[in-house]
This record gives sequence, C-alpha cells and structure tokens, in this order.
Amino acid sequence: MPEAVIFDYGVGNLLSLKCALEKVGLDARITVSPKQLQKADAIALPGVGNFSAAVTKLDAVKETLLDAVDSGTPLIGICLGLQLFFPESEEGPGKGLGLFEGKTVRLQGSVKVPHMGWNTLRIVKPNAFFDGVADESYVYFVHSLYPVPEDKKIVTAETEYGTTFTSAIASRNVFGTQFHPEKSGDVGLTILKNFAKTVKR
Amino acid sequence: MPLAKRIVPCLDVTCGRVVKGINFLNLKNAGDPVELAKRYSDEGADELVFLDITASADNRNILRGVVEGVARAISIPFTVGGGIRNVSDARLVLCSGADKVSVNTAAVENPQVITRLADVFGQQCVVVAIDAKRRRYKAEGKITVETREGPVWFEVYTYGGRKPTGIDAVGWALRAAELGAGEFLVTSMDRDGTEDGYDIELTRVISERVKVPVIASGGAGIPEHFLEVFTKGKADAALAASVFHYNKYPVQVVKKFLREQGVNVRP
Repeated sequence: MPEAVIFDYGVGNLLSLKCALEKVGLDARITVSPKQLQKADAIALPGVGNFSAAVTKLDAVKETLLDAVDSGTPLIGICLGLQLFFPESEEGPGKGLGLFEGKTVRLQGSVKVPHMGWNTLRIVKPNAFFDGVADESYVYFVHSLYPVPEDKKIVTAETEYGTTFTSAIASRNVFGTQFHPEKSGDVGLTILKNFAKTVKR
Repeated sequence: MPLAKRIVPCLDVTCGRVVKGINFLNLKNAGDPVELAKRYSDEGADELVFLDITASADNRNILRGVVEGVARAISIPFTVGGGIRNVSDARLVLCSGADKVSVNTAAVENPQVITRLADVFGQQCVVVAIDAKRRRYKAEGKITVETREGPVWFEVYTYGGRKPTGIDAVGWALRAAELGAGEFLVTSMDRDGTEDGYDIELTRVISERVKVPVIASGGAGIPEHFLEVFTKGKADAALAASVFHYNKYPVQVVKKFLREQGVNVRP
C-alpha cells in the first residue's frame, strides 16, 4: 500500500484525515520527521491550525518538502494546508512554502465568519481530482481566510460566500482544497480517491 | 447558492450509550453511539454533536474510545462536549477524532478558557454551548424579549441543566463571542425533549446579535419545527435527537420538506 504522510503542526484533529486516506487505499502516517517526508509516496498538509504556528513547524522540513514536490510526489493541502502553498497570509506573520505566487486574505463583508458549513463548488476547470464530482456539489468548509492565487490558471473550483473565492487549485502533482474533503461525505471521499489514484506504488 | 442550513443529530451519551431525556431528566436508552453516528452520516446528516451529558456533573473524562469509534465510522464533521475544562481536555478529544469541542460549564465559570482554546485550536474549533430557561420575572440588566407569554429573559444553567446561574444568556453569548467562540449551541431547557418546537425567540435573539453561526437545540418534533427555526429563528443549524433516534422523521424526510419549502439544504 502506498504511504501517505500527514504533516503534524501539533494541533487539531488529524485522525479524520488519516481515516479518510486509509479508506481510499493509502497507508497514512502522522509525522514531523523529514526522513518520513522524503520517502513518502504522497504528502498531506492538513487543515487545522494557525498560519504562523504552522510555518514555524514547517520550517524544519521546508527544503525536504519542496524537494519531494519537485521530484513529483503528490501533495495535497487542505484548508490551512492549501494556504501554506502561498508565501503570506493575513492570519499572521511568517513565510509559507511559496509554491505559487499570491496571498491568503480574510473573509469579509456581511457574512458570518468563520464560513462554517456545507457550500457548493463551482468547477471552473475540470481536472482529474474532480472525476465523478458533479458541478455544484456540496462540500464542507470551516475557515476565516482564503487564498488568492496570482496565476488564475491553477484555480479549479470557486465558491460563493460574501465574495467569490478560490476553493480548489491544481497544478501538476500539487492539489489544494479550501474545503475539507475528509469531512465532506461521499463527495469528499471521491475527491480523495482521485488524489490516491495519482499516487504511484 | 448560499451556505446550506445544517441538520445536526445529537447523541447524548452516558456510560457509553446514547440516551434521551425530557427537560434534561428521565433519561431513556436510545442505542449504541457508533451505530447511530454511522446511520446518521449515511442518511445525510450534515454534522453530529456528541455530548457526554454526565461528564461535567460527575467530573469524569470524556469517553475517548467512543469518540474515536464514532470518528472512524463517519465522514462528516463532529463536535464533542461534556466535561471539557481546559486545553488538555480539548486536545484529548480533538486527537480522538473530534473536529470541534463544545464548552459550557467551564466557560461560564472561567470565560478565559474560550480565548485559550481559540488561540490554540482556532476559533472555528470552539463551540460555546448555552443551556437556557425562560424567566418571566423582571430583572435588572437582562436582555428581555417579547413573547406570547409576555416579556421574558433567558437564564443560563450549567452542570447539565442542574445549576441556575442568574446569568443572562444573550449577554453571555455576546461576551463569549468577543472572547473567541466560533459557534453557539443554544439549547432551550423548556423545550428539550418536549417535541413542541424550538424556542424561536431564544434562537433569534442570539442569532441576530452574534456574528458566528448558531445551532438551535431543544424541542424539534416535526419537520415544520425545523422550517420555523431556520426562517423565524434565523438559526444556521438545527439540532435534534428524539425525532431521529426513534426514526419518526428520518434526516432525509426533514430535508425533503425543507427543500420543498425553499430552504437551502445539502442533498
């Protein structure tokens, strides 16, 4: 079974993501070790925590992680994990991975924040990660910030909440969702299954 | 589409079994928590709430094994409450698979715990549960609401509905929101288990004043009650137990009714 490692920022629920990845056929381990990241068949940056705290934890493995991504290891970033792909965030100081240009900003306006609950995906760029996922499918969101990529070509789905924001991106072996596929019922499992299909044995 | 209104089955658990009472008393056995959780997740529930209802009073720890079993069985979000007093209690529950923790007694007795939890786990992780009862007598400084039975204010209870605090529920919600509450679970003790409908006034007065989502709880008996609490009560989510446990109105029946009435719900 291919091994997926979930990077542990030290807070929150990683068990649901672990269980979900196991359900789609990946042997999921929770780790902070650069060695494990190096030999992983897939890497997941999970979605619970704070930007500044997470970048501090990530610093120790940043090079290993970027090398793995460059060599083609599939990477999935969920919620905060997606926001870490970008260099900066309005949530706090610190430097993200800088895989893409852009930044993470706060949800604003008349809507209640955090954006918490089931909202729909508008698939703007069909791709392998959305195989079998209908346009306007409901997925689960819990967040107060969202990423604004400079390169709009990486945006694969958008969602409306006070504003139209990027809810998924994909570029080669890198995939990110602002929603939580591990909490999005059958639709979420389909998306994770698609991610698992990109993982080489 | 706007955010879907959430249907949230609640599992009140004591000694590893799901129970259900009326007005917080006369508990009846309603089944195995993991089985029920799986069933609700499969039936299209949007979220689950798991309350260890005797934990706070007995000062017991949460039944971690059950939490983990439930988390493994489902793929929808999951809140756990009951006896969570600090960051380490919350961490145990979150590491067992919960997505959010709900605090009630501990937050009332030490409001700073809300800020501490929000700082460590993020605001979205912190649900402040408020158990409240209508009060008809006049009292200084309480936020009063006009109802069919005249003006009332809402008193906060702690320790699973055993201890009246004299605190105004609306004022408490506003303070808790400032301290970092990410969501409110507002239970009407008057309506709990009665199946007479949610306390619309209680739900609305809090929902209109706080900027975070409000889950209404206590009193759901028929699909119309859900409609009423979403439209008149301005709730973001509606929690129920007995209607679902005894399969009187399965989740999909409630959702179908709501959809026909123009409420945005997830299929």
